[in-house]
Amino acid sequence: MYKLLLYGYGNPGRQDDGLGIVLAEEMYEWAVDRFPGKVDVDTNYQLNIEDAEKISQYQMVIFADASQENIETFTFTPVSPSKATIEFTMHAMSPAYIVHLCQDLFQLQPECFLLHIKGYEWEMKEGLTENAEKNLHSSLDFLKKKIETVLLNTQNQ
Amino acid sequence: MSKKITIEPVTRVEGHGKVTIFMDDKNNVTQSRLHIVEFRGFERFVQGRPYWEAPVLVQRLCGICPVSHHLAAAKALDVIVGAGNGDGLTPVGEKMRRLMHYGQFFQSHVLHFFHLSSPDFLFGIDGDPLQRNIIGVAKANKDLAVQGVMMRKFGQEIIRLTAGKKIHGTGAIPGGINKNLTIAERDELLKGPDPLNADKMVEWSQAALEFFKNYHKANRPQVDGFAAFPSNHLSLVRKDGALDIYHGVLRAVDAEGNRILDDVDYHEYDKYIEEEVRTWSYMKFPYLKHLGKENGWYRVGPLARLNTCDFIPTPLAQKEFEEFKAYTNGKPNNMTLHYHWARLIEILHSAEVIRDLLNDPDLQSDDLVVKGKKQYEGVGVIEAPRGTLFHHYKIDENDLITMANLIVSTTHNNEPMNRAVNFTANEYMGGQQNITEPMMNAVEVAIRAYDPCLSCATHALGQMPLEMTLIGSDEQILDYKIKD
Repeated sequence: MYKLLLYGYGNPGRQDDGLGIVLAEEMYEWAVDRFPGKVDVDTNYQLNIEDAEKISQYQMVIFADASQENIETFTFTPVSPSKATIEFTMHAMSPAYIVHLCQDLFQLQPECFLLHIKGYEWEMKEGLTENAEKNLHSSLDFLKKKIETVLLNTQNQ
Repeated sequence: MSKKITIEPVTRVEGHGKVTIFMDDKNNVTQSRLHIVEFRGFERFVQGRPYWEAPVLVQRLCGICPVSHHLAAAKALDVIVGAGNGDGLTPVGEKMRRLMHYGQFFQSHVLHFFHLSSPDFLFGIDGDPLQRNIIGVAKANKDLAVQGVMMRKFGQEIIRLTAGKKIHGTGAIPGGINKNLTIAERDELLKGPDPLNADKMVEWSQAALEFFKNYHKANRPQVDGFAAFPSNHLSLVRKDGALDIYHGVLRAVDAEGNRILDDVDYHEYDKYIEEEVRTWSYMKFPYLKHLGKENGWYRVGPLARLNTCDFIPTPLAQKEFEEFKAYTNGKPNNMTLHYHWARLIEILHSAEVIRDLLNDPDLQSDDLVVKGKKQYEGVGVIEAPRGTLFHHYKIDENDLITMANLIVSTTHNNEPMNRAVNFTANEYMGGQQNITEPMMNAVEVAIRAYDPCLSCATHALGQMPLEMTLIGSDEQILDYKIKD
């Protein structure tokens, strides 16, 4: 059966850094109701090496994360295995690195995407900023349509 | 003309830091410093909040070691709710916390060894930098890399099942815990499908130790001599002298093994430990008051714990401990790279403790919380993976926190890390005209041995390249390199 993982990560105790987590939590009920058994939702503070094994169990993985890059609202881009970030700190393990590790250790390469949602404030407190909330809602709408399209097109797999 | 080399950040340590090495005209190292960017705002942040929120709030500090802060805060608040001074919980309360803590220890140490350090042991300090990472490990020794991943996963599952969830877990509360371990949860960890079960974790922990010992056997001069220097060592030990990472008394020994802090009550830590501020670093320099700044600094963490304790209360780890102690004829081990050896023994010990705890029927008890007469001040100390962690809170009559003081593990190791950097810089950089990648990495290897958590920044804030700056005595930049 074709299975999709939505994986939000970040620290919800650091304002907009929790965008990926909040998105995953908001998506959870919708995904379970709409596509029972076909969509899993998970969250964590950050990506780490064991995620290589986790993503190996899915055909598609969507990583959701806060972004401080110069983007408008959000971006949705494919993730390819990359050696470019192999010199890293533990706080900066990238989806591309996890995909690379999955490929090398488990010889599997799910189709992976990164949903990068624009954040603004990163101080030590809970709750998203107003602008981040707006970006969250835009990305939720987009993501629901995207997942519906993918899973309806693969319902016989 | 003197030169200043700056390495920023130090790669493969948790958070980021900056190393500055001062050199004279003849490329001799004159001084080196490890600058730490440590987040200290938390202590002010919790003031005015209800005390029972602290064990969850403190997890905002870091995505690397949230369980350590969660448990240290809970232990301090046990005192405040009148649940004793760290040993007054119900059996299930203490044992669930221990399971959470040993699970965290296991996964944290595993991550450090397999992910951060094993590349150096597989390919050497002067190996190809493009190979010296876990992807290189996967290509050279796939089994080792896969074991590292699955051991991490096992530890994370323990945290999830004991803390309630992976992010902002709530398992430990003042006076106890809010859940026990169900039979189904226990069996998931104890008898899970291969390889995710406790027996396999013990077996793989032994294999990882053998991997290190084989490397050590073949590279003794380098492993033993690399950044080795005498120091004091401090940790918690159980009252009978056993290694105990959850509760005990404070013990410190000097480089010869003489007791310089003799099993004192950690609630009185401020009688014994002082912190020095130096203008060039954000992180303080702790020392034992009675020995003074010059002689009172000490190491914490795996090496210190095995130097202070008398024995390890699990059979396989005890056997390894005896071999470890015999290597230095029973004296304290002051070799920096032996932190890895000690860490691997602690991985094995953690796996054994986890297996024992999972077989303990107390974990299914419903007697979760103890409360007694309210107090207005509490201190909680645990051994975090990186070393001794202190949490100290005071509250007012409205249950609001009025004071918080944290001394984190990496802070204790500030002076030793600086000494390790200085030693390595002299050894590898002195007299050289060009700063090569192996030389840079040697400095980083010395710091990584201490497994520092330099900044509790988020991943979004932690993305920084490796930056090197060479500055002359006239403050002019002589050279600049950046490694993405």
